[in-house]
Amino acid sequence: MLLLIPLLPFLGFLVNAATGRRLAKSQSGAVACLAMFGAFLASGWAVWGLLRLRPDSRDLVQVVVPWIESGPLSLPFALRLDPLSAVMILVVTGIGFLIHVYSTAYMHDERASEYARYFSYLNLFAAFMLVLVLGASFPVMFVGWEGVGLCSYLLIGFWFTKKSASDAGKKAFIVNRVGDFGFLLGMFLVWSHFGSLDFREVARLAGQAPPEAGFGIVSLAALLLFVGATGKSAQIPLYVWLPDAMEGPTPVSALIHAATMVTAGVFMIGRTAVLFGHAPATLAVVAAIGVATALMAGTIGLVQNDIKRVLAYSTVSQLGLMFVAMGVGAFAAGIFHLYTHAFFKALLFLGSGAVIHALAGEQDIRRMGGLRRDLPVTYWTFLVGALAISGVPLLSGFFSKDEILWRAFSSGHTLVWGVAVVASLLTAIYMFRLVFLTFHGERRSASHDLAVAGHGQTGGGGHGPASEGGHDAPPAMAIVLVLLAVGSVVAGYIGVPAVLGGSNRIEQFLAPSFAAPGIEASGDHGANRAEARGEMAPGSEPTGEGGLAPTGEGGHSAELGLMAFSSGIALAGIGIAAYFFLRRRGAADAVAARFAWLHRLLLNKYYVDEIYDAAIVQPITRTSERALWKAVDAGVIDGAVNGAGALINGAAATLRRLQTGSMRAYALSIFVGVVVILGYFVWR
Amino acid sequence: MVPLGYYLLLSAILFATGTLGVFLRRNVITVLLSIEVMLNAVNLAFISFGRFQGSVDGQVIMFFVVTVAAAEAAVGLALVIALFRHRESLNPDAFTSLKW
Repeated sequence: MLLLIPLLPFLGFLVNAATGRRLAKSQSGAVACLAMFGAFLASGWAVWGLLRLRPDSRDLVQVVVPWIESGPLSLPFALRLDPLSAVMILVVTGIGFLIHVYSTAYMHDERASEYARYFSYLNLFAAFMLVLVLGASFPVMFVGWEGVGLCSYLLIGFWFTKKSASDAGKKAFIVNRVGDFGFLLGMFLVWSHFGSLDFREVARLAGQAPPEAGFGIVSLAALLLFVGATGKSAQIPLYVWLPDAMEGPTPVSALIHAATMVTAGVFMIGRTAVLFGHAPATLAVVAAIGVATALMAGTIGLVQNDIKRVLAYSTVSQLGLMFVAMGVGAFAAGIFHLYTHAFFKALLFLGSGAVIHALAGEQDIRRMGGLRRDLPVTYWTFLVGALAISGVPLLSGFFSKDEILWRAFSSGHTLVWGVAVVASLLTAIYMFRLVFLTFHGERRSASHDLAVAGHGQTGGGGHGPASEGGHDAPPAMAIVLVLLAVGSVVAGYIGVPAVLGGSNRIEQFLAPSFAAPGIEASGDHGANRAEARGEMAPGSEPTGEGGLAPTGEGGHSAELGLMAFSSGIALAGIGIAAYFFLRRRGAADAVAARFAWLHRLLLNKYYVDEIYDAAIVQPITRTSERALWKAVDAGVIDGAVNGAGALINGAAATLRRLQTGSMRAYALSIFVGVVVILGYFVWR
Repeated sequence: MVPLGYYLLLSAILFATGTLGVFLRRNVITVLLSIEVMLNAVNLAFISFGRFQGSVDGQVIMFFVVTVAAAEAAVGLALVIALFRHRESLNPDAFTSLKW
């Protein structure tokens, strides 16, 4: 049953990959969308089945096929549905389906074979992503992990005739490979230490020991796994590929590089929560990296001018926040933010896609402006997304982000909390900078007419949006935008914290996934959650808040105060953006001119790409060229081969003198030979 | 009775003469003749040893050698004729290539 969920998109991939050339666009698009919709229904059904189980027995495993049988290692290809993967499959198939639908309109200008290729990749991605989240053991997850990396590469480089796109694809793939190496090493270490690769078994074994005091083998394993997560989830130091990944089609950016794949690292930490919970040293690293990434990406996002790049840095920044949640032991809060983020970030990307679509490929926000009137649907949905991500109260981002901030604060990580608050402020500022520069004010470039130039070029005259001459998103895109906007508003209400009268249902739902099995089976739910919480955030005093047991009066008011504070931060950020980019554009330029060096630093993304280029890429290129190519390959290896030839040539040149062809010379040599041999036997 | 040493000395002289002929003469037919001389030098040695040992083995071997020598002469002369037809020459130095 569980197998059906990844299998349906995979079948869609097979159909489109095998027969896509011969299918009309509507057919290949329909195959892909139906496959995703089927997977969504299957997921919904599976999750419904899960929900009817008692909370402590919500753990369904399906062994698909025995996979690796080698010595002590017996590893089936097994899928596991538990609360954590339930959330993930719903996000992946639900948002994935919406983005598939959106793509049918967005990619309409492609030729039919390209169109089918696009959808086959997209379906393949969904299949691998579902394997990733459903995998019951490290290697199964790794199959999905590598598979989504592959699809990411294929889709970033979808327009591979463009050099920058194919370069970006390679960059993403190679940078991810660095992280994957860490993941593999972590996996080996887990195997050698625990003797198992099954998530549940590892959690049980890890849960038996007390949290590691110093930096031991568990911490090392967790740290190596986290290296994998930094690659996939674009954290320092491996975040550099994500902004470049925006070369891909915009729906791809929305699906892979915002909503699903890049959250795989966060998901993976959630999957191995017990392991990480027993490695406080690594958790501290996770929180530090997360908050540093959130801040760094936020500052870069402030000054970027490409609409998709701003969103990309925003994604990096939000992923950093999720890692902060993981790092302070608030695993459920991290997954909650992942889930809400999937809605509003997909919405923002798709909205930016609608803008780009309407402007026939223009991505520079300096040349936009005033699009509010022409693109009303896009504007309003984008605005909802921006409000949600900024953390404006009562939208989804507010609940999840606030939960993370509160957890960071209440577990005693005040510094982390402080930086995270600054990052949230930056989030609000750059998001509304984007909104104001794109949709408000006057149009700053007349060169790009709102004409649907893109449609006209490929003669898509028969299709609705082009022939109507409508500027706003075509129906398939508009519906998706509206649905996601609704999602961005309401998605947070499954996690309303106790202090606001909710019961934080998602945390309760997710809790069994983060607890060690032995403890979890012990019956009383609330108690073991608090216990699990205690061991996950060892730095914190066990206040027993846990988000579900009502906290004391003091905790209550503190939480409310913080909530008000972060709402204020969000509004302040919007206000700052409004002042600089709506009221007085000159002020922004003045500030930029005043701090020219800072502006330049941010505009050039802290020169990280340049530093990596100088520190890693260039040395490798140079070593490869000078040492490995010219010295080793051309010198040693070619030299050996050519030398062997030359040696034989030279020897032959000498020896052929003996072959005179002169009969008498032969006779003489025979004679001498006989004399010598006889002489030897006679005078021996 | 003439002692064995004289026979062997004569045999050695004949063999050396034949060998020098093979090395030095520039006529293929003469070279073939020189080979015959060498063979007969060996025959002489065989017969001498047989005689002095009182057995017929030496003479038996001699007959074999003579038979082979006759065949060799037939084949050799046929080759010489074939070579001559190609090159109008009997000098062995004219035939240093495997094919022409």
